[in-house]
Order: sequence, then C-alpha cells, then structure tokens
Amino acid sequence: MSTAKLTVTPLSSPHAHAHAGGSISLIMAKVMLALAPATLYGFWLYGWPAVHLWWITVLSALFGEAFCLHLMRRRAMPVLLDGSAALTGWLLALSLPPWAPWWLGAIGGLFATVVAKQMFGGLGQNLFNPAMVARVALLISFPVAMTQWIAPLPIGSAGAPDFVQGLQIVLNGIPNVDAVTSATLLGFSKTELSRGIDLLNTTPPALSFVGERAGSLGETSAFLIAAGGLVLLWLRIISWHIPFAMLTGIAIPALIAHEVDPARYLSASAHLLSGAAMLGAFFIATDYVTSPNTRIGQLIFGLGCGLLTWLIRTYGGYPEGVAFAVLLMNAMTPVIDRLVKPRIYGRDRKGRPLET
Amino acid sequence: MGLMEKFLALIEATHWGVHPHDHKRPAADAPLRCLPLPERLFVPLQQHIGAAARPIVLAGQKVKKGQLIAEAQGATSAAIHAPTSGTVAAIRDVTAPHPSGLPVAAIIIEADGEDAWIETEPVDPFTLSAQEITQRIAAAGVVGLGGATFPSALKLGLALKAKIHTLILNGGECEPYLSCDDRLMRDAAPEIVTGIRLMMRATGARRALVGIEDNKPEAIAAMREAARPWHEIGVRPVPSRYPMGSEKHLFSTLTGQEVPADGRTTDLGVLVHNVGTAYAVYEALGKGRPLVERIVTVNGGAIAFPGNIRVPVGALVEEVLAFARLKAAPARLVMGGPMMGSLLPHARVPVVKGTSGVLALTAAETAAHEAGPCIRCSSCVRACPVGLLPLEMSARIAAGALSAAVDLGLKDCIACGCCAYVCPSHIPLVQYFNHAKGELAAQARAQLRNEAAKRLASLRAERLEREAKEKAEAAARRKAERMAQKAAEAAAAVGKAAESETTA
Repeated sequence: MSTAKLTVTPLSSPHAHAHAGGSISLIMAKVMLALAPATLYGFWLYGWPAVHLWWITVLSALFGEAFCLHLMRRRAMPVLLDGSAALTGWLLALSLPPWAPWWLGAIGGLFATVVAKQMFGGLGQNLFNPAMVARVALLISFPVAMTQWIAPLPIGSAGAPDFVQGLQIVLNGIPNVDAVTSATLLGFSKTELSRGIDLLNTTPPALSFVGERAGSLGETSAFLIAAGGLVLLWLRIISWHIPFAMLTGIAIPALIAHEVDPARYLSASAHLLSGAAMLGAFFIATDYVTSPNTRIGQLIFGLGCGLLTWLIRTYGGYPEGVAFAVLLMNAMTPVIDRLVKPRIYGRDRKGRPLET
Repeated sequence: MGLMEKFLALIEATHWGVHPHDHKRPAADAPLRCLPLPERLFVPLQQHIGAAARPIVLAGQKVKKGQLIAEAQGATSAAIHAPTSGTVAAIRDVTAPHPSGLPVAAIIIEADGEDAWIETEPVDPFTLSAQEITQRIAAAGVVGLGGATFPSALKLGLALKAKIHTLILNGGECEPYLSCDDRLMRDAAPEIVTGIRLMMRATGARRALVGIEDNKPEAIAAMREAARPWHEIGVRPVPSRYPMGSEKHLFSTLTGQEVPADGRTTDLGVLVHNVGTAYAVYEALGKGRPLVERIVTVNGGAIAFPGNIRVPVGALVEEVLAFARLKAAPARLVMGGPMMGSLLPHARVPVVKGTSGVLALTAAETAAHEAGPCIRCSSCVRACPVGLLPLEMSARIAAGALSAAVDLGLKDCIACGCCAYVCPSHIPLVQYFNHAKGELAAQARAQLRNEAAKRLASLRAERLEREAKEKAEAAARRKAERMAQKAAEAAAAVGKAAESETTA
C-alpha cells in the first residue's frame, strides 16, 4: 500500500466482521465488460489491424506496470491482476486510429502506465487519467500517425485484410494510404472552416449513431458506448452525474452556437456523436481516481469537461478536444474537492454547528 | 439560500448508510430459549461507561439472586447485582469481553442451583414520583442496552431537567445478524409499553415514538397492539438502513430535524432510549428485579441452532455457544453485531449487560482481504451517514497529519463502519479513525499532564521564592531585633552611667 506510514490490523479492532463484497478487480472487470461491445464492433468495423493494435497496446501497458513494480522490488502479479493497467491500455487503444502502427500502441501503453501512473505513485495516486495523458503525448509527438483515419472496412468484406495481412499492416504501415484513408467529421469541418468554406456549402462525412464511419478504434459507435455506459450505471459502477454533466456541457453551447450561426458551428448532435464525446463521458471522465468525490463536485467536473471539449473543438488547434478537456479538469479536481465538501450532519455548509 | 440548499440536497440525494445483508432470519423467528444455569458466573465490575462498581461482598458470602453485590462508584457508574443465588467464590480478574483480552475484575458466584430471588415488596410504580422512579432504576443497575451502556437513571434525570417533550424508543436494530430487540418486542410488547410509560413519567415526556425498522413486521404488529390503549405512544416503522439504530439518525428519521453538532437530542426536547432498556425498567419497577439477565442473539454460520437466548449476566460465551451448538469451528468470535461489535480473544469471556449478540462466524463469512490502494471511488463518501470524507481523512491519518483529519470532521465520526463496509479496496477506514481518535485522546491527556507538571513546577518555584524571601525577611527581622536590643542595651548602659553619675 502506497499510503502506509501507519498500519492498522483490521482483525485487532471492531468493524471488520462484514463487508459488502466489492473489490478493485471486480470493478475493473465490470468496466471492461461494458467496453466489450463497442470494442468488438470496432474490431469488426476496422478488421484485423485493429485487433492487433488493441492487444499490443494492452500488453505494453501491462508490461510498463510490471517493469515499474520490478524496479520497486514489488510483486507484480497481484497488482497486474487488479485490472487497472489492462483497462488503461484498453481505453488508450480505443482512442487510437484503428490502423495505427504497432509502435504507436506500444509507446502509448508504456507511457500510460510508466509515466502517467507509476511515476505518480501507482493506482490511486495519479492526478491525470493515464490513458488520456498517453493519447495527448502521442498526438503531440506523432501528429501524422495519430490522424490516419481509415474508412470502415468490415471483417469479411471484399478487400478487408485477413489475420496475417492485419499483422503486416500494424507492423509495416498502411499499404496504400490513398485507397483507405478518410476524414472524420470534426477534422473535416476544421479543415473546411480554416480554408474559409462554410459548413452549409460542403458535404461533410455522414454522422452515424451506430458508428459506421471513420474514427478511432472504439469511439465511433455512440450507441454501443452509451449502452455500455448505461450498464455501468445499472451496475452502480458510475453514477449519472459526470456523464450527464459532460454531455450537457457539450450540447448546450453547441445548440446555442449552431442556432446562431449554422455556417460556422456544428450541431449538437454532430458534437455528441463525434470523436470521444460518448467514450469520454461514460468511461474516461468517470475515472474514480481523477474525478471529484462529491456529487456536486462531479457535476461541476463533468460540465467543465463538456464545455472545454466544445471550446477546444470549436476554437482550438485540434479538431478533437475530449482528451485535453478531461486532463484540464483532472487538474481542477483537487481544487473542486477542496471547495465542494458534503455537509456534515448537525453542521451547516461552513462547518459550524446548526442552531437549535 | 433556502432554495439553493434544497437544490444541493436534491443532488446529493442524502442516501446515507448502507444496506448490509441482514442474516437476521431464521434466528429472529426461532422461539426464545433460556440458557441452563451455569455452575459459575463471572460478573465483571465494569459493565457500563464510567468507573467500575465497588464490590460490597466478600468471598464465601452467600447471596440471593438480585442482591446488590457491587455499588455504583461515580456519576456514570451502575450498580451490579447477583445473577443467581449461591456463594461468592472469589473476586478476581477474568478476561474482559474486549479484543485486547485484558483482564477485568469480576465477582465469581458459585450457583447453588436454586436461583432464589431476593424478597421484594411490590409497589404500584405509577404511584411513584419521577424522582422515585429514577432512583429505583438506578438501584436496579439499569444501563442502556442498545450498546452504549450509559446508566439509564442518569439519562432520565438529565432529560427531566432538560424538560423533554418526546421519548423515542430505539427498536431500529440495524446491525446485521442481531434480533434480540426484535424477539423482545414480539414476546414482551406489553411489558415494554409499561416500561415506556414509566420512562415517560420519569422524564415528563408527553409522547413516545417507537421506531422499528420495517424488516421486523411482527415486532411492529406486536408493539402496535400493545400500544393501542395509549394514544401518546406511537409505533413508527422506519426504513431498514444501517445505521438506523444510531440515536441521531433515528431521531432525524422520526422528527425530520437534525441534532446540532455540539448538542444532544435533549436540546431539542427528545430523549432516545433502547426498547430493551424499557423492558429492564419495567422489570425493575414492576417486579422489583434488578438487571441480572438479558436476551442475547446467538448467530453466525458456525452455529447449528441460531436464535435468541435468555442469558444471566456473567455466563461465559463458551457456555452460550455450547448451548446453541457449534456445527463448525468458528473462524471468528464477535460480541455484538458484525458492524460495530468487537472481536473476542477467546470464548472464556463473560456475557455482560451490553452484550446484544454473540456471533460465531465462519471463514467464508469474514473473508479478510488485504487492503489495497484507495482508488478514490468515493463509495465511502456516499455511505457515510454523517457526511464525512473517509478517504481524505484516512489519507491524512496515514500520513500522520491528525490535525488535518480533525479539520475534515474526524470528531463528528460515529464509528459506524459504513465506510469500511463498502470499500472495494478493503481499507480498514473506520479503524484508522478509531486509532486517530485514541491518538488524539492520548495527546490531550499528555498535554494535561504536561500542564499539570508545569503548574506544579511553577508552584514549587513560587514556594521556593516565597520561602527564600521569608527566610531573608526573618533574618532581617532578627538582625533588626538584635540591633534594637543592642541599642536598648547601649541606652540602658548610658542610662545606668548617667544614673550612677547622678547618684554619685
């Protein structure tokens, strides 16, 4: 345990005779379960290269964690089995371009667990979401590789790479770039606006609720991600506060701006169904470690994530802003936790005893 | 502000507490049994908050059941009576029913098997004044049977002074596994109601509310039936949610008010007592019988016949377990409920007035996990019935920053254990808080000691200074006296000379 200056043996004192039965690995397993449909859909949609990228990323995240534990002379297996490193790798893989080269996944996975997690002290100690730190690091370091979007080419369809071809693509790069690359809606609109063409006079890539469009490996299907999120809500792994606030934070400014000037601002539905909005709202912003403790704090945090996402997408240099927005709000979490505390029984919000 | 406050409360959706699996049945439904009288009873002198009682019997002395054998000593102490008739075998240390396994002084009574009560003259308790009722309750050694074991007479006396208007009877029994109050309410509702009426008389309360968790429909029905003739006594089902049995939480659930952090329910005109205590009050006044036995829930996976047993104070846990039969070797023995009860070092410890349950838990029931790192899931924040931040507090305590934990509200913690119960990382949160509270108390004591030592030192310095001054003064005085004497002698000599001159 990283915070163990003082040790308390549970058996020597009361209150240790009953437990609700949860555990860290159970929580992580449930989150992975909720991620599985969107992931499998991504595999189907983008074929074998995506599968290979996914396992490379997950394995390198696990390897990074094990390597750090080895340096600290701690037993790696119990920590790896808690599932947090695998989940970090998984989330990162879902946010990568589906046919990204192997080294992108490998560097990202290592960076996530080594730099963004273990260097801060391991599980529970990191200030920033490790998957998002890695994604942003990759985006800044390798902007070209990180924006190679491909058009959906479902497994089994004509021209889709088989297992070995998939491996070759991941190891050697995409064979014929022009044939398969495509643009995302956010990227397209950013480019068009920068060229001075307004959105009413172009035909942007179609939106898809189901997810059949160009985009990151596991981010395109708003439907499946939201369904996974609802499962997490139902399992009480997450509460509605952060996802609701984040989606609201994106939708409200988008609605207003689009209403005012549809030529310059994308609609709310375009924002909600594009990029990592759904994945961010249900799976990334809701990360326990880096989000506030209280319900009210979580609402503020979620709203902040949403608003910043919209601001970065609309006015920033990158077409997509969820990772940056979540990281910025992660930095705000300690401040929110300091300012927003639950009211103690028998006291007012300032901590003074109530008056009789 | 009012509207904002309502909005915040709505978002926080103040769902305090937890819903543990209750494990109360089938033990709760099994008929009450009586423990066969053990050969020896080990009656500890410390069965209440406050100073241990002072024994007033000697080894070899014969006693009757209900005879006073140890007097209350100090304000928050309670009298102790012989739980059966027989001979005082010895007064010596036995293992206390406490995880420490430390010794506690006890009066050991060799039972003669007759179980003969002392003679009592019956009085109609409803002819007694409030003070007389309270005195008799004190004489009967009644303490709060909900677990805190605070002397009941003292509590009633304070409530009378505070002019309370409502008496709340705690029939919540929110601890998993326990059903002793449930059983008592089902079996002895009329007696409990009589006890309640006596307590109302003793405190001047105009109405009484009996709060019972809605997972005890039989008890609610029995108490409703018994309370039917008395309009001033209401039976109120409350939601089953741990820790509903906490005085402040039951109070808030029944009245919708909150007890200020620095106050008590009596400041709001309400006194809270356990239903078992009401029954003990009835026994004390209606029958003249002091508190020498109680109902104990015997439960847990290792027990063959779980249920509720009437046990004399001083019977060993070992005998209670033998009577209820063990079907497996228990991995853990607990006195009280699993949430707030304490681990027993072994089974040769006596049942005391505050023993609500004896649990023999199997390894599967108690599966102890190694604590993992906090993942800040904030389950503990949501579970805390007081509105604290257990994860933040424990992190501060682990880092040795006790005062930071106090700033976060450590002193408001009621040690209910909800946080540790829900923690997926199995961090013993409540143990951290208990540890920190103990540490703070030790620091406060050390500070008092320091101050006392400083005061003594400064007094000593003052005294030395004073003595030195007195010495100096005395010396000066003596010197002055000597000088005066010399002067007088000289004067006398001069006078003499003059005299002789004149006479010459």
